[in-house]
Amino acid sequence: MTLVAFAFWVFALSAVASGLMVIASRNPVHSVLFLILAFISAAGLFVLMGAEYLAMLLVVVYVGAVAVLFLFVVMMLDVDFVEMKQGFLQYLPIGVAIAGLIVVELILAFATWSMPSDEEFAAANPAATQGSPLAASDAPTNIEGLGLILYTDYVHYFQIAGIILLVAMIGAIVLTFRTREGVRKQDPAAQVARKREASVELKKVPTGQGI
Amino acid sequence: MTLADTLFWIVPELMLAGGAMALLILGVYLGDASSRLISTISIALLIAALLVVVALNGGPTQELFGGALRVDAFSSFAKMLILAAAAIAILMSDKYLAGEQLGRFEYPVLIVLAALGMMLMVSANDLIALYMGVETQSLALYILAAFNRDSRRSTEAGLKYFVLGALSSCMLLYGASLIYGFTGSTNFSAIAQSAAVARENVGLVVGLVFLIAGLAFKVSAAPFHMWTPDVYEGAPTPVTAFFAAAPKLAAMALFARALVTPFPDIVDQWRPIIAILAVASMTVGAFSAIVQSNIKRLMAYSSIGHMGFALIGLAAGTANGIGSVLVYMAIYIVMTVGAFACILLMRRRGGMTESIDDLSGLTRTNPGLALALTILLFSLAGVPPMAGFFGKLVVFQAAVEADLVWLAIIGAVMSVISAYYYLRIIWLMWFNEPAPAFEREVGSRLGMTAFGSAALMFPILIVFIGPLVAFARNAAAALF
Repeated sequence: MTLVAFAFWVFALSAVASGLMVIASRNPVHSVLFLILAFISAAGLFVLMGAEYLAMLLVVVYVGAVAVLFLFVVMMLDVDFVEMKQGFLQYLPIGVAIAGLIVVELILAFATWSMPSDEEFAAANPAATQGSPLAASDAPTNIEGLGLILYTDYVHYFQIAGIILLVAMIGAIVLTFRTREGVRKQDPAAQVARKREASVELKKVPTGQGI
Repeated sequence: MTLADTLFWIVPELMLAGGAMALLILGVYLGDASSRLISTISIALLIAALLVVVALNGGPTQELFGGALRVDAFSSFAKMLILAAAAIAILMSDKYLAGEQLGRFEYPVLIVLAALGMMLMVSANDLIALYMGVETQSLALYILAAFNRDSRRSTEAGLKYFVLGALSSCMLLYGASLIYGFTGSTNFSAIAQSAAVARENVGLVVGLVFLIAGLAFKVSAAPFHMWTPDVYEGAPTPVTAFFAAAPKLAAMALFARALVTPFPDIVDQWRPIIAILAVASMTVGAFSAIVQSNIKRLMAYSSIGHMGFALIGLAAGTANGIGSVLVYMAIYIVMTVGAFACILLMRRRGGMTESIDDLSGLTRTNPGLALALTILLFSLAGVPPMAGFFGKLVVFQAAVEADLVWLAIIGAVMSVISAYYYLRIIWLMWFNEPAPAFEREVGSRLGMTAFGSAALMFPILIVFIGPLVAFARNAAAALF
């Protein structure tokens, strides 16, 4: 068993196992932690496939932001998970029916998809079939490749994505930002501009009498 | 094509994007007191962009950014209407927003950004560009729906719109991914080549169905119309006026391009779907509107019905059919903007009213407004000689030419049924006991808009219906 195959099995098994634990564990905090483990395992699988950019993206975006957000929500909001799970058995049949329907639809849709044979695949992707991403070392790496096309062929989409983020930011501010009255705020300029004479008064105190 | 050439053809889009950012900075700098100034500049910006689109119109068809955007007569036609509708939407909002303490500078900026998204939608020639345009537009619209954030109804409308819009985006993306998987490209022209070979491919058709479902959400065609009445009722009225006009046209134009350019060879596959959507929308629009007592909800069902009529032209799938969709949408936008201007004039001391009963006896309390609204409602109902009649006529004509006589007949029947609720309002206005009068606003922008669009419906467009149809057909021919 090569190292790559060994790593694949480790990551794959841990991804599946932690995926199961996400829905099986009783404590929601544990669920989120298992979710993070599942993300990291998936990132490992991406590295094995030579998609190191996607792997980093998964770690940074999903582990770094999304999962931590989940953790915040779970810890800060008092969500009663026992209560949420109560209707589970009641809705199980309809859930299974919908899932079965989607599976049938997917089979119908993908049955016509003809996969290339190994030879065809090798002819189309000479680098990917060597068994290891190292074989593709002369090709540009993911990040280089993205850099080459992101600002040239795909500049339009890139710019529009920026506009979408701007709209989202305006939305967040429009819908939630409130200027509250009567909040004491520091005004550094006023603090600096303050003169000694305005706030400190020297009194002559007669000796032995106090104020 | 050099970068300068590419940028030259998207000057209107660049103007809106740059202008929106500049206005945002200006607004943050000057505060909410500047909202009137920013509104005025936004209107000027939209009109300037409109003039640039008019100036660029007539040039050769341009494919930009490796085929992602297509600037042609079709996109120019749609862009002109979008920019005009957006400018009028801002124009109509000022007074309402000030009255409701909603006068904030982000409002016109969001409308400008939504217009930018719509312009990207109508020139999208690629599945990714399509999705990006739709999202730019939709995100801005979700925010506008919830703009009155202290009102429960408005926030509910925004949230509902957002959740269902996200669902429709999911369907759109799922369909797009299937189409990409089975044709190997996201570019419409490349998809057309693959689709011509793989005509009966189940996966491709499944993807196409999901794409149509996603787009049907955006035009609010039944059975994907559920969000429309609640969002229209809950959103602030000028926002509803905007929703009913420009986004509908943009989505319909996108719908036409996304079906006609990539899938001309499998028109048999998508024609029945569009025909069913059309029949369902017309039926829902005709029957559900009858029981409404809120005029904004009524307009929502009315717009669902009108989308059904426009889809008849799309179902025809011919150049004349697409041309008739453009004619119909152009007339529909003018009618709807005018009707909403009248609704915005339904103001009494102490606030807006939205009940249909408040219109009763309007001819005696405010004859001018009653006359304008009567013309607009006759036109919405499709009564000759109003322009709305000619819109329906060209659509039915295109359907008959494409051997869809049954669809044209159902359309005619539904337009008769839907005439009932428009005529009921007219009857209320002319023959019922007067309700308390509305506040008079002589010479206001709203009044001008209402009278202007009513005059366009009758008699101005009667004279210019020929040139309009020719212009729209010329635009539609760019797709074929």
